[in-house]
Amino acid sequence: MTHTGSDRGPNAGATLGARYRQAFAAAESGGDTLVFPFLTAGFPTPEETPELIRAALRGGAAGLEIGVPFSDPIADGPVHQTAYTQALAAGASLDTALDAVRAARESAPDAPLTLMGYLNPFLAAGATDQASDDLPGAAVGEPLAPLARMAADAGVDGMIIVDLPVEESDAAREVLAEHGISLIYLLAPTSTPQRIATVAEKATGFIYLVSLTGVTGAREQVAADFEQFVGRVRALTDTPLAVGFGISRRQHVVEVGKLVPAAIIGSALTNTIASAPADGCVAAVEQYLEVVTGRRSEETSA
Amino acid sequence: MSTAGVRGVRESGAFGPFGGQFAPETLMPALSELEDAWEAAQTDPVFRAELDALLRDYVGRETPLTLAPRLSERLGGAQIWLKREDLAHTGAHKINNAIGQVLLARRMDKPRIIAETGAGQHGVATATACARFGIECIVYMGAEDVRRQALNVFRMNLLGAEVVPVESGARTLKDAINEAIRDWVTNVRTTHYLIGSAIGPHPYPMIVRELQSCIGREARDQMVEQIGRLPDAAIACVGGGSNAIGLFHPLVDDPVRLIGVEAAGEGLNARHAATLTGGSPGVLHGTRTYVLQNDDGQITEAHSISAGLDYPGVGPEHAWLMQTERAEYVSITDDEALDGLKLLSETEGIIPALETAHAIAYAAKVAPAMSQDQHILIGLSGRGDKDVEIVRDALAQRGG
Repeated sequence: MTHTGSDRGPNAGATLGARYRQAFAAAESGGDTLVFPFLTAGFPTPEETPELIRAALRGGAAGLEIGVPFSDPIADGPVHQTAYTQALAAGASLDTALDAVRAARESAPDAPLTLMGYLNPFLAAGATDQASDDLPGAAVGEPLAPLARMAADAGVDGMIIVDLPVEESDAAREVLAEHGISLIYLLAPTSTPQRIATVAEKATGFIYLVSLTGVTGAREQVAADFEQFVGRVRALTDTPLAVGFGISRRQHVVEVGKLVPAAIIGSALTNTIASAPADGCVAAVEQYLEVVTGRRSEETSA
Repeated sequence: MSTAGVRGVRESGAFGPFGGQFAPETLMPALSELEDAWEAAQTDPVFRAELDALLRDYVGRETPLTLAPRLSERLGGAQIWLKREDLAHTGAHKINNAIGQVLLARRMDKPRIIAETGAGQHGVATATACARFGIECIVYMGAEDVRRQALNVFRMNLLGAEVVPVESGARTLKDAINEAIRDWVTNVRTTHYLIGSAIGPHPYPMIVRELQSCIGREARDQMVEQIGRLPDAAIACVGGGSNAIGLFHPLVDDPVRLIGVEAAGEGLNARHAATLTGGSPGVLHGTRTYVLQNDDGQITEAHSISAGLDYPGVGPEHAWLMQTERAEYVSITDDEALDGLKLLSETEGIIPALETAHAIAYAAKVAPAMSQDQHILIGLSGRGDKDVEIVRDALAQRGG
């Protein structure tokens, strides 16, 4: 294990995507499928978040996605929306997410850490009230700089901005890259070959494949046309691929692991936290991760 | 920047730094498809002819331009003219957009239409247009609005639409839009999202503006016919801003003062829906525009007595018209709007929608300072029948 945690600073650009490359390379050369759990910062409370982060890492998480709650999450299903609402009511903010990142970075110096959320709360960390003559995409670049600096300091490797498609992303990607942070793009089964090619050209870190057409949420089965979708993307890029949306069980991880080196698990984990007894969230998260990473069999987890 | 090639968004999707396409990846191809369909329709004489015929024979266009002599006399200044969208089928300007987008959905072979609605006017207009063409229609409506507007829910049901109450958030318009977008993300291949105002990601603000511009084009010709020139000022209420942009757009290159009136609710220091006058730039529902938000960038709840103005965002083109100072944006409180509604009812025998009453109330502020040979054009966006219960209760509460 090489420790890249101290590489940050003025030359952070040189290490853009380094932790992702390292983790994905290990998985692709015969290691286990990477499992990246998604945890909403501040859910169920801001106080519990760092301990849940540590539990996920103990359970076998190869890295983490830390979600910044938003009042109007248009790409999320009811599970995450409820979690965001509860987190915001409990006082969660961007700081809660950055605290969570710091906790994760301390426990896992090499784990790729991704901040995920919607554009508006990310913009709010900067000055958004200045009149601008830029086009919309350019106008959302510079206001992200304060966030990028804070995120880099906390140990963030990449950011997923759900409502920032590639068309509007050039300025944001450049601002993030200046701080050593990869802008992680999403592709969906509806993405055209032209869009896939454009994303492939601009992507660093990894590309997040949305496994199905829909909002976030656990499903019984992984979408049937996923294999074909992976093939269409794979034909155009060598950037590492991860899959998310609808993955909830060990069996799903095994299935998608045959096609891509990493799986992202969101709503199922949020459900696990929501249904755990008040003092049992930490144990529930650790155990759930043990099961989906294959460290513990599903039968013994009941 | 080389992304212009992806979709050509750069040429048409931005109003200065506002607008754009801040949408989830899953929707981006659908937005492209919509843009292509719209561009093709624009140059297709068959589409234009079909739309024009429907606007004439079904919607009842053109709508009249009415001089308001007793209102003008009461205010003692400028002559006031009313562009009567309240006389369009279903009683508001919303039908102009609904009919146009249903025709567009048919061109795209989308058999299913979804819409959001606040008070229910856009929902009724969409249900109406879908009924006219036998298209499946699902309307998302905040559960709180469903309760407040039970009669409009019944109207939509009569028209064959399914109304889905939305229980998330404050259970009003913003939440209904969130839910409609989620439905669209899930069913994008078969579904057209018929958005009701000049908001959302490109190409929606442009499409809705073009479909509503019949208001301004007609009013322009009618003013010239009546007084031989254009008005000195045009005033319209602004929630999302579709009727205002429809009135303003054909006048934007002319020497006409353009005034958009937002809802100040209980006052700009209390609960309100005055996004341009009391908000700040941000990104909501796929577009960069002015929004109501807290320091953390969370969207805050809007408030207005008028459900149609009760939205914490605004059409991006209005944000641009404000930044370039081509249009002025002002606000009117709930109380002032009630006064405006009473004023027009008593002087002209026209009960305006509460939304429209905001424009009346602001006209009542500026007209007295103008001379009698000056002219104000007001976009009378809708009729007030839908609001009489709310108005009765509000007037009783404040003592008349």
